[in-house]
Amino acid sequence: MKNKKVKISIRNIKKDLGGKSVLKDVNLDIFSGETLVIIGQSGCGKSVLLKHIVGLFTPDAGEIFIDSEPITTLRGKTLDNIRSKFGVLFQGAALFDSLTVGENVAFKHIRAKTFSKKEIDKLVDEKLALVGLHGISHQKPAELSGGMKKRVGLARAIASDPEIILYDEPTTGLDPINADQINDLIIHLREELAITSIAVTHDMVSAYKISDRIAMLYDGKVIELNTPSVLRRSKNTFVKQFINGDAYGPITSVRPF
Amino acid sequence: MFALLGRHTLNFFHQLGEFNLLIYKTFISFFKKPFPAKSLFQQMVRIGWDSLPVIIFTALATGAILALQTGYALMTRIKGTETYVGGIVALILTRELGPVLCAIMVAGRAGSGITAEIGTMKVTEQLDALTTLSANPIHYLVVPRVLAGIIMLPILTLITDIVGILGGMFVAINEIGLNQANYVNMTLRFLTMADVYNGLIKSVVFGIIITTIASYEGFKTMGGAEGVGRATTRSVVTICMAILFFDYIVTSVLTTGI
Ligand SMILES: Nc1ncnc2c1ncn2[C@@H]1O[C@H](COP(=O)(O)OP(=O)(O)OP(=O)(O)O)[C@@H](O)[C@H]1O
Ligand SMILES: [Mg+2]
Repeated sequence: MKNKKVKISIRNIKKDLGGKSVLKDVNLDIFSGETLVIIGQSGCGKSVLLKHIVGLFTPDAGEIFIDSEPITTLRGKTLDNIRSKFGVLFQGAALFDSLTVGENVAFKHIRAKTFSKKEIDKLVDEKLALVGLHGISHQKPAELSGGMKKRVGLARAIASDPEIILYDEPTTGLDPINADQINDLIIHLREELAITSIAVTHDMVSAYKISDRIAMLYDGKVIELNTPSVLRRSKNTFVKQFINGDAYGPITSVRPF
Repeated sequence: MFALLGRHTLNFFHQLGEFNLLIYKTFISFFKKPFPAKSLFQQMVRIGWDSLPVIIFTALATGAILALQTGYALMTRIKGTETYVGGIVALILTRELGPVLCAIMVAGRAGSGITAEIGTMKVTEQLDALTTLSANPIHYLVVPRVLAGIIMLPILTLITDIVGILGGMFVAINEIGLNQANYVNMTLRFLTMADVYNGLIKSVVFGIIITTIASYEGFKTMGGAEGVGRATTRSVVTICMAILFFDYIVTSVLTTGI
């Protein structure tokens, strides 16, 4: 790591949802300019953790600091200012279906009312091109395929030049070629713009390729945090089962059939 | 048993608190920038223009039925009093049925639409996306809807009043056998501006009730498409009950002149 300045600090986060203890005690430090990948079983709380980081969920206990500011206790303007550092790609893309693709991508810029129509069109084309999409800015999200929606969501997340990007399963639902283009884009954003990223993924190929470090979430805690090359040779049997994709192991101790 | 009752009561007050907070946040967001002019216009079209056919039909039918019922009753029971039909129809419509029926129709059309739209946005993470894009969902979604409700409900109510009176007149002339000049004359003599204002004040209250409850139910939606369906049904039922409840409150406040 070039400089080990902590950008995001997650301290003892606990969260119960629907009567279930989803996050039990999560601790993570994300360094400025690194890409951290979070892996873990479906339903283990990866998306919930990401939402805590932008302040969409408030933890039952614990704190999260963004550039040393506690997002968990801030309100109003200061919270807005911290949030504007983020670009977020949601798991289901979360495109506004009443708006066109272009209006989605340039949402912030259009609302700011300080850009001309020409500037906005240019920005939209530029950002869509980055995710490999062309000539769809006038379509509505409902007319797009799942993978296209995901990429529009990504274009929207990077449109406002954020310092931090949270990707919730950026390559899920994409064909291998598109998926690899997204991998390259994430790497490009880190290399060229020094963006700090957290990516949640099940796609181990992508995880190894884009990450500086990988954290595995299990049973509401981070059970391993390591560089990809070290994690590959992990001794932890839970981690081993997950990265090898074994149906049987300590995570699934009961054989369903 | 008591625990269950207690929990329901607690839950009710909890929701009432949340709802009041939503109203408070909506009203303090009215003046925040950027003013959502484009969506205000869209919502005025949806709440107002799109409700017009239903409103006109309801008004015509209500006016006609009112004239028929009161006309025959008066004519057969105390001969000669049927000339008052115009006045009675106008009074009932402007003070009571105009605002209430109009509001209930709008609740069914636009209120359910608002809940379904916001509810869908909730379950598809679009509300979260709004927040992360520095757009407060209350300012972005609720403010234009509430404003549109405040503006459109009085207009729709006025249309209901006028169309209803015309419907009543049509029946009175053709079924009861009154003459037109007499009907119009009686309506104008009987009706005061206070009756009309009274109804319009109610309609403003109803406009706020419909849009805020519909938004609140949308925000509370959970559990996919099924959840959206459930939220929409509950929204319309809650709105209709609230309309009747506040109809009584506003009527009693206005008639005792507090
Ligand atoms: N708003 C909510 N209310 C109640 N429970 C929730 C809520 N959001 C998430 N959960 C629960 O929290 C747990 C973790 O959900 P989360 O979406 O974070 O899983 P995930 O790790 O992202 O899974 P996946 O890989 O399938 O996306 C799940 O059991 C889910 O049911
Ligand atoms: Mg998830």
